[in-house]
Amino acid sequence: MGAVFKREFRAFFTSPVGYVVLAALGFFAGLFFYAANILGLSSDLSPVFSSMFTFILMILPLVTMRLLSDEKRQKTDQALLTSPVSLTGIVLGKYFAALLVYSLFLLEMIVFAMIIAFQVTPDWTIFLGNCIGILLIGGFIISIGILISSLTESQLIAAIGTLAISFVLLLMDGIAYQFSNYKILTTIVNFLSISSRYSNFTSGVIAYDDIIYFVSMQALILFLTVRVLDRKRWG
Amino acid sequence: MIEVQNLTKRYGGHVAVNNISFKVEEGEILGFLGPNGAGKTTTMNILTGYISASSGVAKIKDIDVLEQPNLAKMNIGYLPEQPPLYLDMTVREYLDFMYDLKKCKLPRREHIAEICKQVKIENVYGRLIKNLSKGYKQRVGFAQALIGNPPVLILDEPTVGLDPKQIIEIRSLIKSLGRQHTVILSSHILQEIEAVCDRIIIINKGVIVADDKTSVLATKYSSDRRLLVRVAGNHDEIFNLLKRVPNVVNVTSFGEKEPGIFEYALEPAEGCDIRRDVSTRIAARNWAIMGMKSMEMTLEDVFIALTREQYVPAGNKKGGR
Repeated sequence: MGAVFKREFRAFFTSPVGYVVLAALGFFAGLFFYAANILGLSSDLSPVFSSMFTFILMILPLVTMRLLSDEKRQKTDQALLTSPVSLTGIVLGKYFAALLVYSLFLLEMIVFAMIIAFQVTPDWTIFLGNCIGILLIGGFIISIGILISSLTESQLIAAIGTLAISFVLLLMDGIAYQFSNYKILTTIVNFLSISSRYSNFTSGVIAYDDIIYFVSMQALILFLTVRVLDRKRWG
Repeated sequence: MIEVQNLTKRYGGHVAVNNISFKVEEGEILGFLGPNGAGKTTTMNILTGYISASSGVAKIKDIDVLEQPNLAKMNIGYLPEQPPLYLDMTVREYLDFMYDLKKCKLPRREHIAEICKQVKIENVYGRLIKNLSKGYKQRVGFAQALIGNPPVLILDEPTVGLDPKQIIEIRSLIKSLGRQHTVILSSHILQEIEAVCDRIIIINKGVIVADDKTSVLATKYSSDRRLLVRVAGNHDEIFNLLKRVPNVVNVTSFGEKEPGIFEYALEPAEGCDIRRDVSTRIAARNWAIMGMKSMEMTLEDVFIALTREQYVPAGNKKGGR
């Protein structure tokens, strides 16, 4: 896992992808911080976090699109799959590399919190909740991205597929509303909804069931990715 | 060292590899020869654990590739047809990565330096792989296969895309590696296999049609024992004389090939050498032998005969036909 993680993480910064993603996230976060906190004279960073939500959904597919699809297209998966590493190690290595690149963006949020801390004491629990929430939601999208990327050789299809699924998850609440006549459907859709769970974090509520939901969903999706890779051996 | 038993790989209705079995002993260089699409790459991919077989067993050093993949993979260096290179890395970074990936325990810098020397890539060590020529990329792929000094090397068409000088270098490298490693090498180029390998397996349409020592193969599969002679003299008289040479079963005339020189094919009785009798008798009549050669098949003829469309091997036993 270590070798794959190291290579992947470096690959983000030997190509422009890592810089572009971080610059884009940083730019939007800065914009929201300026509008909400500087102009709005507020010490609460939650609006910045919740506004970033949509942008994260749009940008993360670009981080994950290459991860497995490109290996297949360049046939470098032959090196990975014929080396004495487990498939789980390969998938986790890629997952954590992408997660680390993404979480670098949190450094900027910490800088913002520091700026606020010069003037007033920010509510650190809410800030912590926001950070955990945004990490979990990011990890969730990254795991979906890796799964989609394992299904195709095309980076474009991987990106668009991940984007589409992310947005369906985002719109779950609206979909649940349409099904309000059917109790079971509403329950299921509400369970899958990520935006209501994420908004818990932005309001400073760190609930165990939300954390367990995000972590277990990621574990499930990464497990499915391993199965997809394993299927190749059997196909 | 390598053992394959009744290996079959199906892709839907298409059978890529059909019930093949063979063994490779330690230190042997085995050539896998066959036309494109014969099943060479599929067999190699199964051996390296990249894909699984539909049925059958593949073992490396008595370790089942399917049951203990990681242990088996530790013993294999694999150079696929298209070298698995990350174009955005330098040669150094890439070899370091492969070193980590293979969980190699040998001293890192010395080991990698030694491999680079072996495959002659020291001068491109710091360069990005995407900027290298095809020949260098192939060699970096080769270097990757050598990392960890695996006892088994599986090389899928290792000289594709190289220039003639590089081909010769890589061939001699493979030959020298054969002393410490067991090597399986695939190619559709006969001369290459002939130059490098101790043993050849000819594979066609997923079945083994021949499996023998390189030196034996040509004679063994040559059904044609006829002798071709060119004699200067009178056509009919020569023909009658040749017919009367002891142990000659049959004579066929090919007519006048050069002015006043005629060509005949003589079929000897089994196990008889008729060359001496033929030459003394012709000399006795004051005619001249302008050429004499046996019509035995070259390895190439054997290859073409064995991989012909209509060729169906009698079972899959060692020796094919």
